[in-house]
Amino acid sequence: MLPETADDNYKMAETINEIKFSDAGMAEIQRYISHYPEGREKSAILPIMHVAQAEFGGWLSPQVMDKIAEILNIQPIEVYEVATFYTMFNLKPVGKHVLEVCRTGPCCLRGADQMIEMIKDKLNIEEGETTADGMFTLKPVECLASCGTGPMLQVREKFYESIDSEEKLDQFLETMRNTEVETPYHQAQ
Amino acid sequence: MGIKILTEHINVPGIETLEVYRKHGGYRSVEKALKTMTPDEVVEEVKTSGLRGRGGAGFPAGMKWSFLAKPEGVPRYLVCNADESEPGTFKDRYFMEKTPHSLIEGMITSSYALGANTSYIYIRGELMFVLRILEKAIAEAYAAGLLGKNILGSGYDLDLHVAPGGGAYICGEETALLESLEGKRGNPRNKPPFPAVKGLFASPTVVNNVETIASVPWIVNNTGAEYAKIGVGRSTGTKLFSCSGNINKPGVYEIELGVPVEEFIYSDEYCGGIWKGKQLKAVVPGGSSVPILPANLITKTAAGEDRLMTYESLSDGGFVSGSMLGSGAFIVFDEDQCIVRNTWNYARFYHHESCGQCSPCREGTGWMEKVLHRIEYGHGHQQDIDLLVSVAKQIEGNTICPLGDAAAWPVASAIRHFRDEFEWHIKHPKEAILPGAVYRGQVATIEA
Repeated sequence: MLPETADDNYKMAETINEIKFSDAGMAEIQRYISHYPEGREKSAILPIMHVAQAEFGGWLSPQVMDKIAEILNIQPIEVYEVATFYTMFNLKPVGKHVLEVCRTGPCCLRGADQMIEMIKDKLNIEEGETTADGMFTLKPVECLASCGTGPMLQVREKFYESIDSEEKLDQFLETMRNTEVETPYHQAQ
Repeated sequence: MGIKILTEHINVPGIETLEVYRKHGGYRSVEKALKTMTPDEVVEEVKTSGLRGRGGAGFPAGMKWSFLAKPEGVPRYLVCNADESEPGTFKDRYFMEKTPHSLIEGMITSSYALGANTSYIYIRGELMFVLRILEKAIAEAYAAGLLGKNILGSGYDLDLHVAPGGGAYICGEETALLESLEGKRGNPRNKPPFPAVKGLFASPTVVNNVETIASVPWIVNNTGAEYAKIGVGRSTGTKLFSCSGNINKPGVYEIELGVPVEEFIYSDEYCGGIWKGKQLKAVVPGGSSVPILPANLITKTAAGEDRLMTYESLSDGGFVSGSMLGSGAFIVFDEDQCIVRNTWNYARFYHHESCGQCSPCREGTGWMEKVLHRIEYGHGHQQDIDLLVSVAKQIEGNTICPLGDAAAWPVASAIRHFRDEFEWHIKHPKEAILPGAVYRGQVATIEA
């Protein structure tokens, strides 16, 4: 994640200027910052990381994190230490659709284990891997508060629930193949 | 059909809009509290109601409110804990998604009672779609003068914001939540000082669960004494239960506390019985952290009395033969479920979610996961069961926050009630690892 050589460091310093949030993204960031008292701007770091992840391909590169540090006027390490604590932030490049499949107890009572195995077979990837065409990343996650409608999975902001048969899984994957990535806060404004 | 306090209008079309919500009596508690009651009078009503924290601990909400320090010139905060992450729990998500204004109304009335002028709803990051529903409803409330400066001409000001988390179970613990809300890693804080003295931004803070806050408007409208009449004994009011697992009708049910557990599992009004005509094996009645109970101990107490859906009855028998109501996540296991596999699954969950601050939890959860994994996958040793009991015992009570206890209890209780199943896994590793292998008493059956 971090630059290994001085040369890497230098290159990174150059690319950070190229990281540019969209106007809508920047407005969203400013809106979140305004929710906190003066001097407590850093509190907005989690929502900002969500905006950044949505804007820059579903993951947070060191350059993007450095840009966040610049916006919040804090040290880059303060962004890295937060980003590495929370599971929603991807620190490596991911596919177009990250399949966040619930693997916790209640979903497993209704077949989540088998569903995860089916996804691996169908997409020919292991947990944490991305398909060769860059379409899907498989990322099993813990309980998503959807236990009454398991097995289920999340892709960005949407829940796909009661995926309890191979037919439903096939249908879901087919739908995702034809689904474009949206940045939802653009509509919210 | 008992009384519905939280979900009475939840299926009314358009209830997520301010207009429809107000048509069904919404925001009456704000008018009543801000215009006719002092903040202390609201606190008194909540105390009288006997309302207990709905997030899991069941601590009396009015008492928690009365601990809030009120130093001059220091802001106070109300923070709503919407970080619903306990495996099995999905009631808050359902509630906020369907009727966001109910929570906002509760936030306004409760913030007024506590003298908070800025309040936050901290929602788990995975529920970003619910955050957008809440933000839309908040914008409507601002436009209608229910939030902002001089609410309804009362002179009371309140700003309400929603803050998303980033995916961390530990942030449901109130001090970890506050750390996270301040933009840091979600490491729980040492107590004291308690949040009531030094919470968000080092100011006095109350953290309450979604359901707790959403119960306040009814109490203000109908009085605490009326609320206290609902339910049984010290389990007053109604409670949302998130029902999952091998039942016919998974979902969220609001019940008057005191319904018999047997009725709750088998009645068509609630869980609708065990799916596919199967037999009940076990229930985790209050979220993955609370002890699992076998079928015979969930419907009846050890003394042979009917077990009821109340805080007291579900914990009758302590951890020897009882469990806890917890967050109201009712997870039901049919006869084909493997307790060892489930226990390993939960142990993995807690290992994954341990923040890593305290050695007993950081190391112990990993150790339990590893040992359970080898039992489940046919490499268990004879002494592993006692080892698990010993590790669980050494985590419990030795950590800053209750995550350590939450990790220890499911393991300890599974061994307490299903020890023979663990022994069978260790003695018959080849059979145990076959797909669908389930231990049933003395005879193991293997499904086709």
